[in-house]
Order: sequence, then C-alpha cells, then structure tokens
Amino acid sequence: MSVRLFSRRTAFPVDSGERTSALLQVRGLVVERGGRRVLDIGQFSVRRAETVAVVGPNGAGKSTLLLAMAFLLRPTRGELAFDGTPVTPRRSLALRRRIGLVLADPLLLDTTVRKNVASGLRFRGVRGRQAGLRVDEWLDRLGILALRDRHARELSSGEAQRVSLARALVLDPEVLLLDEPFASVDVAARAQLVDDTERLLRETERACLLVTHDLDEAGRLGSRMAVVVNGRLRQEGAPQEVLAKPVDPEVAAFVGVETRLPGRLLSVRDGLGTVMVQEHRVEAVTSLSPDRNVLCCLRPEDVTLRPLGRLSPPSPLTSARNRLEGRIVNVASKGPLVHVTVDCGALLVAAVTKTSTLEMGLRPGDRVEASFKATALHLIGLPG
Amino acid sequence: MDDLVQITLLSLGVSGLATAISLLIGLPLGTWLALSTFRSRGLVLSVVNTGMALPPVVAGLAVAFLLWRSGPLGDLGLIYTPSAIVLAEVVIATPVILGLAAAGIGQLDPRLQLQLQGLGASRWQTIWWLWREARLSLLAALMAGFGSVISEVGAAMMVGGNISGQTRVLTTAIVLDVGRGEFGSAVALAGILLALAFLINGVLTWAQLRKRQH
Repeated sequence: MSVRLFSRRTAFPVDSGERTSALLQVRGLVVERGGRRVLDIGQFSVRRAETVAVVGPNGAGKSTLLLAMAFLLRPTRGELAFDGTPVTPRRSLALRRRIGLVLADPLLLDTTVRKNVASGLRFRGVRGRQAGLRVDEWLDRLGILALRDRHARELSSGEAQRVSLARALVLDPEVLLLDEPFASVDVAARAQLVDDTERLLRETERACLLVTHDLDEAGRLGSRMAVVVNGRLRQEGAPQEVLAKPVDPEVAAFVGVETRLPGRLLSVRDGLGTVMVQEHRVEAVTSLSPDRNVLCCLRPEDVTLRPLGRLSPPSPLTSARNRLEGRIVNVASKGPLVHVTVDCGALLVAAVTKTSTLEMGLRPGDRVEASFKATALHLIGLPG
Repeated sequence: MDDLVQITLLSLGVSGLATAISLLIGLPLGTWLALSTFRSRGLVLSVVNTGMALPPVVAGLAVAFLLWRSGPLGDLGLIYTPSAIVLAEVVIATPVILGLAAAGIGQLDPRLQLQLQGLGASRWQTIWWLWREARLSLLAALMAGFGSVISEVGAAMMVGGNISGQTRVLTTAIVLDVGRGEFGSAVALAGILLALAFLINGVLTWAQLRKRQH
C-alpha cells in the first residue's frame, strides 16, 4: 500500500468560496503512534477571523491536531493546506512563519522578557529599532510593559503566559494556535487573562485555533466549537448548539449533560416526541423518527425543582411539559451552583443556585417535583 | 625556566587543540543523539557512556597501535609527535564532550524545540537556541573535556614519548622529574597544573553563580 505524504502533485480540492474563507484546512488527517491510531480527522478547517475552540477529554488527540496544523508533526497521512496552498515539507518553514504558537507551558527562553518577545522576530531577521517598537507595543497591549527588562525566570505563571502570548502576537500571525493557553496559569490570574485574550482576538480579528478542555473558555472565546473524542471529530457547531444538542453519548457526557437516560421513542407528532423512560412518559422536541431507542439528555441547568410537602406552594404556571416526582438522593456543591440528584425512578440532576437551595431547604431524603421543558430534553438516536 | 614555559605552552596547545576538535565532533553528535529517537539509541548512549569512562592508557594504546611505524597509519610518521598526543587526547575527550552535551540538551524540555519552530525558527536557528538554553551544561562539557586531557599522563607518554623540547608536556615532565628525584621542578610543574585546574573550575563556577543570581 503506498501512502503519499504531503504529495505535491495532489491538488488540494477547495472550491472558490472556501478559498476565501478557509485559512487552515486538513483532510483525511491520520496520525498513528506505535501502531495505534491517535487521530483520524476527515475534514476540519479554521476560517479567517474566527476562533475555533477544539474541546475534548484529556488524551483525545486535541493537542496532536494542533501540532499537525502548526506543521510541527508530520501526520501518518493526510493533506494540509494553508490559504489554499498544500503544505509540503519544503514549504513548511515559510508557512510556519505565518502562524503563532502558544503552548500550555510558557516555555520562555533563558533571557529577558523583551528578548523573549523579540525571538520570533529575530528568526525572521527583524532586529533593531523596528523590532523594539513592535515588542514594546505588544508588551503594552498585554499589560506587561513594566516587566520588559525582567528575566523570564522571575515571572509569575500569569505573567509568563502573557509573555508567551505577546511573543506569538508580535509576529502578526495569520493564524494563532493556542494549546491550553490558560492551563498553567494560577486561578487568580486566569479570569483576567481569558478576558484579555478574548479582547485581543476580537481587536485583531485573527483566525485562532484554541485547544482546551475547559468548556467555559471554549464557550467564551470560540465562535465555533469542535468536539474531539478518541481522536475523532465528533461534532462541530456554534458553542450553544453543541452544548444543547450533542450528537452522541460521549459528546453529551463531555459537554456536561449530567442526566443521560436510555429510553424508547414511542411516537412523534408535529415534532413533539413521547419517550418512555423506565415507567415515566416524557415529551421532547425531536426530529427523530419514532419506534427506536434513544438517549435522553438533560442539562442540569434546565431542570427546575419544587419541594413537595405539607406546606409546599402550589405548582407554578410554567410551560414545562414534563413533571416528575422523586426524592433527593444527593446534594453536591459545584462552583456557584449546587447539583441536586433526584431519584424519580430514574436519576435526574438539577442545578440550583446556592441561595435557592437554602431557601427551599433542599436536603437528601426530601420529596421534590422536577420539571423541564420539552425543548430542554434532547434525544440522541441509539441503535435498535 | 624556558623549559617550564615551553612545556606549559605545549600542554595548553595540545590539550586545547584536542578539546576544540573533540567539541567539533562531540557537540553535533551529542545534539543529534539528544534530539533524535531511533531504536538503537540506548545502545549508542551506552557506548558513549563507556567511552566517557575509557581509561586513557587504553586510548593511548589504541592510538599507538594505529600510528606505530608498522601500523596502519605508520607511514604518516606521527608517532612521538605532538600530533599523536592530540589524536590520543581527541579519543579521550570526544566521548566526554559528546556524552555531557547529549545529557545537557536532553535535559531541556522537549517541547521547547516545538515552541521555537512554532515561532518560525529554521532547523539551524532551533539548534542554535537549544545550545544557548543548554549553555551552562555545554560549558561544563567543554571544561570536563579539557580537564580530562590536560591532566592525562599515560597516553601522552605512550604516543608522545616524553621527548624533551618536542613532546614533553606538564604531566609527563612531572613523572620524569619525580623519577629523577627532582622534586623542586616537579612541584613547580604540579603548581602550574593545579593553577590551570583552578582556572577552569573557576570559570565554570563563576558562570553558574552568575546564572543563579537572576
């Protein structure tokens, strides 16, 4: 079997519409390591002026994808194109000089902040006053101009990563490749750095590939989200769409759909399906055809709880079509929210604010009514 | 007195030249060994490490065999010349420099190479900056290489012949003086050797301290 790597004769098929927008493209990208296939991406691209957030669990192959797209890792097979030009080993240096790379660790050089930021310019033969002005401009835009004569080893994690970002941005790259850029930064400094990165990406209108395992970062910075699980691209779309409508059980689990219950779709009328989940009948908006097994996905923030008891208030008027009664089995703090697990025959997870939890006095053993809208219940078709 | 200066200069010249040649061989090979991944890399590394512990007398013996008048390179007439000592010292110092350079570069974060390339460094720019990052280890490798040959006796004696005014270096001169019972001269030569060792280590320590200040 002959495998052509970066074959120069292979014209990269791009239609004219794509040529203007897709800046970095891969097709049929396969990376094998020790005989094991770690990455297998059919088609993927980063367009101009968009930030694509590649998310997925640890070890899914996200970073491998980023390194391949930075022309730093030679794929086992597959084609890469930059701005419509196929990437060949001979062209890779010239093409690498049109990107900017920031990795999880700052990996600063053993010298001053200024010289670190100037390093990429030096590689391109830009020196002297012109280089100095550009370096100072970007140090200023990242709020670290005061640190310019410090040694790289004397920086905090947040400052060091700012230097790494400045070092990439000073090159005026056409694509910025960020691999978990906030992972090494202290929690205290992280929020501000995410804010600043978001602002800089917006201001520069730079194409950006952001690899992260953090859905909040992905949702904030990404105009598009791509989910990679087990080396494969499972889903691509607007962040809200991916979070609300995962295409398969593994994506659902990764994007924070806590309630995933198998059921059977009995009937569908006008896009409203009736699903049997254990002994409960629930309704969901769906485009699936009836009489098949489905996985019912429900995000915790879409579930409302109402305590049931002697003094319970009357059922509020809501458009929630689904109401299930059950008993609280677990109450767990998750950041600003509390995740309450309710046993309604099936286990359901609801997210409630800390204040509401206290007001309603939710405790394990209490009886509650869980309600959710038919639009909140997302169905994934399962075989059978 | 003239003897002392001449012997010291010859020692420095021979060992310096041998160290320079060893660096030219050892640094590129060590860099390659540190950065590449091939199946028999472990084997090559253990050969290099054995070479680092090679007894100088054995290196001298091998070079003597090679340069002996009836040996394979006997026609060059190099036996008992400073060139022969240089050659033996290259055999001694190269594995030292190669092994320490490979270890120093191997200690760098492997992702640093990717980061440099991702910033647009060419292959040579990447290697240059990796050397720069590992400069203290490389300086230590250089000093260890020089230290191993300047203080070496056996090989210099065997292939140089300790000929007065021609191939007599500090170490062989000390051995001869002690044999003759001329302790005064031996102590003077030993003092020079000790001063050189102090100088070498002083430079290294100074560089390390300067780095730590940051």
